[in-house]
Amino acid sequence: MGLFKKILVANRGEIAVRVIRACRELGITSVAVYSDVDRASLHVRKADEAYGLGPAAAAESYLNIGKILDAAKRSGADAIHPGYGFLSENAKFAQACAQAGIKFIGPTAAAMEMMGSKTRARQHMEKAGVPFVPGTSRGLESPEEGELVAEKIGYPIMLKAAAGGGGKGMRLVHSNAELKAALEGARSEAQRAFGDAEVYIEKAIINPRHIEMQILADEHGNTVYLGERECSIQRRHQKVLEEAPSPVVDADMRRRMGEVAVRVAQAAGYTNAGTIEFLVDADKNFYFLEMNTRLQVEHPVTELTTGLDLVHLQIRIAAGERLPFAQEDVLIRGHAIECRIYAEDPDNNFFPSPGKITLLLLPSGPGIRRDSGMYEGWTVPIDYDPLLAKLIGYGTNREQAIARLIRALNEYFVGGIKTNMLLFRRILHDPDFQAGKLDTGYLDRLLKKEEDRTAVDGKGAELAAIAAGVFAILDPASGADTSSRHPEASVPSQWKRAGREESLR
Amino acid sequence: MIYDVLIDGMTYRLELSRADGKWACRLNDKEIAIDAVMTRRDVLSILIDGHAYEIKREKSAMDLHLWVGPVRHEVVLRDPRSLVSRRAAAGPDHGPRKLIAPMPGKIVRVLVSEGDEVEAGQGLLVVEAMKMQNEIKSPKKGVVRKLVAATGANVNAGDVLAVVE
Repeated sequence: MGLFKKILVANRGEIAVRVIRACRELGITSVAVYSDVDRASLHVRKADEAYGLGPAAAAESYLNIGKILDAAKRSGADAIHPGYGFLSENAKFAQACAQAGIKFIGPTAAAMEMMGSKTRARQHMEKAGVPFVPGTSRGLESPEEGELVAEKIGYPIMLKAAAGGGGKGMRLVHSNAELKAALEGARSEAQRAFGDAEVYIEKAIINPRHIEMQILADEHGNTVYLGERECSIQRRHQKVLEEAPSPVVDADMRRRMGEVAVRVAQAAGYTNAGTIEFLVDADKNFYFLEMNTRLQVEHPVTELTTGLDLVHLQIRIAAGERLPFAQEDVLIRGHAIECRIYAEDPDNNFFPSPGKITLLLLPSGPGIRRDSGMYEGWTVPIDYDPLLAKLIGYGTNREQAIARLIRALNEYFVGGIKTNMLLFRRILHDPDFQAGKLDTGYLDRLLKKEEDRTAVDGKGAELAAIAAGVFAILDPASGADTSSRHPEASVPSQWKRAGREESLR
Repeated sequence: MIYDVLIDGMTYRLELSRADGKWACRLNDKEIAIDAVMTRRDVLSILIDGHAYEIKREKSAMDLHLWVGPVRHEVVLRDPRSLVSRRAAAGPDHGPRKLIAPMPGKIVRVLVSEGDEVEAGQGLLVVEAMKMQNEIKSPKKGVVRKLVAATGANVNAGDVLAVVE
């Protein structure tokens, strides 16, 4: 059998565009799905076909298995790519696709289910000889049991939700005295977030590195690893900037981590693309954390350093092809760093900033890749994750990748909404970052430091003053006298103004 | 044209005119030789003394910002001969302050009642957008005079949520 004829992309935003592009490159017809607020979104514009799902709420659109399968049947799609997020790690969805005779581009429902519960995954992986952070491999029955385990492995410990992710249902505990309340808190949070109150204990590794290993497995028993990604730069457990390779991983450590990752995948009967996350302590000991059974947001840094196209390979594997290369053919070359551009305001506690993009200037040139879901004139909806685009810099080495990214960030401009773009300048210029001194506490420490605002000088203001006048003369229709547009100045008379102020009292 | 340009709390007097494609520019009575071209809507290329600058414009119904490099300047441009401008120059610094929704979203919690005394920076309401809950803080110390927003209501960017005096 050849590749698929038609693939439905069950996602939105930059990842839907990414998959649609791969379909086009492979000569496969692409089908987009969209909610009411996404009718004008980029993924709908780029696809060959598009079907509406209904209201904006994810439960009624991108998370609605029935509606998505319906669109697949109507369009005649023979495969579904789930992207990341939404239904990508939903075993029921994978099962429903299989039952409908539509190929799910990802692992089997059984492999997903095993990896979906952290405690169940742990039980299986312990048998496969995978290194773990010391702790329990099943949920805690009582606070008393928790105290016993905690004393055995030593405080501080971390309570974690078995069904968890994204930092929900997690508690750091320093002593027996704190344990009972923390356990109750973690349980109720886990119940609310995941509908499952199971919570387990792990020894807390303070400020570890977060390093993950990409694997690919075909449906003929071949599994390879494609090198690691350093993902330690996080805020509230959400990744912000990722790179490959990690500044601390050498060839020997890469091989050892890669071999563990392959063992994990094989123990789960895993197929297609997946990622094994590790915690790495200050002595470079690594411990299995969890497996993500999908394509990752940060997959481009692996693509740039291996020269492989992971989405092409996902599609080929799902179509039954064998991996076209062996482990020894995988070579890591150069260095890649990804910045996740979010619609949020770093000067205002990372407030989400949806709205209309009034001006978009794009970077280009050597070593720059942009995976984006936005365009000028598009209104970013309030209903979904605020990831707008990813800017990836590639170079012969880490220094060059950093320099190219800084240069590209100077060229990149998103107007009309706030983005976290300036945060990346800070990170990329930071001496600790440049020295590769990273851990999961890095970004919080950087944000607490007083920002160096010496760049703000009077010269910039003078230029802005001149520019304001030039704009007013060259483009008079768009607000020559902005004072008449200023909300506080728009009151036509002092009498009315006084009257209005009066009426507000 | 003569403008008063208010930037980051400073007022600049700008005299600017153009004839035969050449600009005459005086800023605070200092002659500056400039060349300026609008390369596209909202983007200006300015040359001063051989140095090249690109200035980007962000404009909303409420305000104007100009970016010089990575720095964003809030700009108010006034024609000093205009009556409206002179009145606006008096400024809204005293008296009641409106709490404006910074983005579209849904009010999920109201933390104060009308008549409450609040501190500057105190959270007054919580708005949810893009799966994130965000506290809207009081712009000044004072008393909540009016509370327009109710729990569950959808709001648009620029909507008045409350008034603190």
